[in-house]
Amino acid sequence: MSLTPIETRVTEIIAAHAAMEGPLLPVLHAVQAEFGRVPQEALPVLARELNISRAEVHGVVSFYHDFREMPAGRHVLKLCRAEACQAMGGTSLAQSAMTLLGVDWHGTTANGAVTLEPVYCLGLCACAPAAMLDGRVIGRVDASRLAEIAGECGV
Amino acid sequence: MKIFVPADAAAKALGGDAVADAVRAEADRRGMDVVIVRNGSRGMIWLEPLVEVETAASRVAFGPMQADDVAGLFDDVAAHPKALGRVEDIPFFARQTRLTFARVGLIDPLSLDDYAAHGGLTGLRRAFEMLPASIVAEVTQSGLRGRGGAGFPTGIKWNTVLGAPGPQKYIVCNADEGDSGTFADRMLMEGDPFCLIEGMIIAGIAVGATKGFVYIRSEYPDAIAVMQAAVALARECGMLGSDVLGSGLTFDMEVRVGAGAYVCGEETSLLNSLEGKRGVVRAKPPLPALEGFMGRPTVVNNVISLASVPVIMAKGAAHYAALGLGRSRGTIPLQIAGNVQFGGLFETGFGLSLGEIVNDIAGGTATGRPVKAVQVGGPLGAYFPQSKFATPFGYEEFDGQGGLIGHAGIVVFDDRTDMLGMARFAMEFCAVESCGKCTPCRIGAVRGVETIDRIAAGDKSAIPLLTDLCETMKDGSLCALGGFTPFPVMSALTHFPDDFHAMKEAAE
Repeated sequence: MSLTPIETRVTEIIAAHAAMEGPLLPVLHAVQAEFGRVPQEALPVLARELNISRAEVHGVVSFYHDFREMPAGRHVLKLCRAEACQAMGGTSLAQSAMTLLGVDWHGTTANGAVTLEPVYCLGLCACAPAAMLDGRVIGRVDASRLAEIAGECGV
Repeated sequence: MKIFVPADAAAKALGGDAVADAVRAEADRRGMDVVIVRNGSRGMIWLEPLVEVETAASRVAFGPMQADDVAGLFDDVAAHPKALGRVEDIPFFARQTRLTFARVGLIDPLSLDDYAAHGGLTGLRRAFEMLPASIVAEVTQSGLRGRGGAGFPTGIKWNTVLGAPGPQKYIVCNADEGDSGTFADRMLMEGDPFCLIEGMIIAGIAVGATKGFVYIRSEYPDAIAVMQAAVALARECGMLGSDVLGSGLTFDMEVRVGAGAYVCGEETSLLNSLEGKRGVVRAKPPLPALEGFMGRPTVVNNVISLASVPVIMAKGAAHYAALGLGRSRGTIPLQIAGNVQFGGLFETGFGLSLGEIVNDIAGGTATGRPVKAVQVGGPLGAYFPQSKFATPFGYEEFDGQGGLIGHAGIVVFDDRTDMLGMARFAMEFCAVESCGKCTPCRIGAVRGVETIDRIAAGDKSAIPLLTDLCETMKDGSLCALGGFTPFPVMSALTHFPDDFHAMKEAAE
């Protein structure tokens, strides 16, 4: 049986985490870091190597908001929807973002530049509304800052 | 000359990295020998990025700084338009009692020498000399209760784990700080990571656990990076490993990253997640203290609970217990957020009234409009109207007013807030984040959104239905997500009925 390149790489990632207790989440994070998603063909490998059922692997992958089956856009913009950001106009900011990007939550712009994701709190509640662009935090986001971010992403 | 530019996520979110770059560039341009320290935040977020310049004579602050303001730091600093004087003299800071957060913002977070020079490791060294049961007794006597929200006495939990037989025990730190309006865990981990590590080691010695995990939410990439670096350094310096600081004791730990599930802040769900399973809530009993991670005795404590242990051990239980109110002993790091003039972290003994916190310390709203509601304790906390502003900050006191202090997040809303909208959001959030185990939570939250939509459309017969649904969720859910979502919903309905009748009146 010959393995596909994805299966080979997933097997290596699992081996690198072999010493851990409860390694599935760290492995899934590593798989997603590698491929930008958790590919379907990784699931049987995970099940076999970790000695759990495929249903169990699927259950875990689909439970957590972070894991995606299809790749995101070139950038991921997370906008906080939680209460502290709402208190500072987060809801209308999110509306502006959707209009500006032409997408709904979880949507990717037509040119593949940005995926818009909701996030429930970034711990930036005293400089709300908050956003995170590819892991970089941004506070006190307003319409003009939003336009700058969109520009940076090539929208 | 030493210049402190915070690398705290909030400071970064407001331009901290650009300021640090500007400091480096300006120092190079002038050919000056400047050490840049990326410290944590002093907690005054409206002044971030707050830069401090330390010379032999003094340490003075400037803020909020932008890159353009940096050149002036190298000239006559007294004339700098952003000069704030000493941090310790700024009223917001001067009024605090900083125990758990004493070093946050003060030191280089990743310097173990700096940590030790500012009182770090004192508690751990004392613990080395004590019997496990005496450490547990000390923590019990301090009156420390779970700062994650449940408020369970930490010492009693530790005592259960100490007495539980098991070939392997664990210390699990819950750093899945998902409540809106809270950021104390994040600030502590980014600003003083060794303090959390020290607290976990002491917990390990006290209960006989040799392995620890910090489960940090993935929404906190900066905190994850700092904690990972700190754990690696601690291992290198012999603070973690098979001979902790030469004591002969073993303790090691790992940083684990969550995957965007709010419910994993619930301890049993967190344990499942840590084991590599769906973050579904477990029924209790068995208590995690007896059958926790991998079915072994496990201490699950919040970041702030564990990070408060070193100072309790260093200064003694009595020093800590002397602060506070009623059965809420010691200090609480209030996190003041949302629509406020002065937002940030304010550590103080329990007992301030909500009104003092909102009007006096936070300075009212940022928009200058009247305060309508204050949500205390995150998305599962009640909305307090101004008429309840006399409530003193304490576990029982808030419980008695139909609320909870949770993780001590305080989110302020001005008079333009639509409370029906906030109630609907609470239900919507519960529906998105429900783990799916209990029907009242999984289905109830969806029905809750629909019922609130009916009320919004003018159907007043839906109001008793919503009340009834909230009762069912409260009584029929295993964990706080389904069980406490009724707090924000019912408090909004009870205290702001006008917002739930607006459509009906408009129709009449």
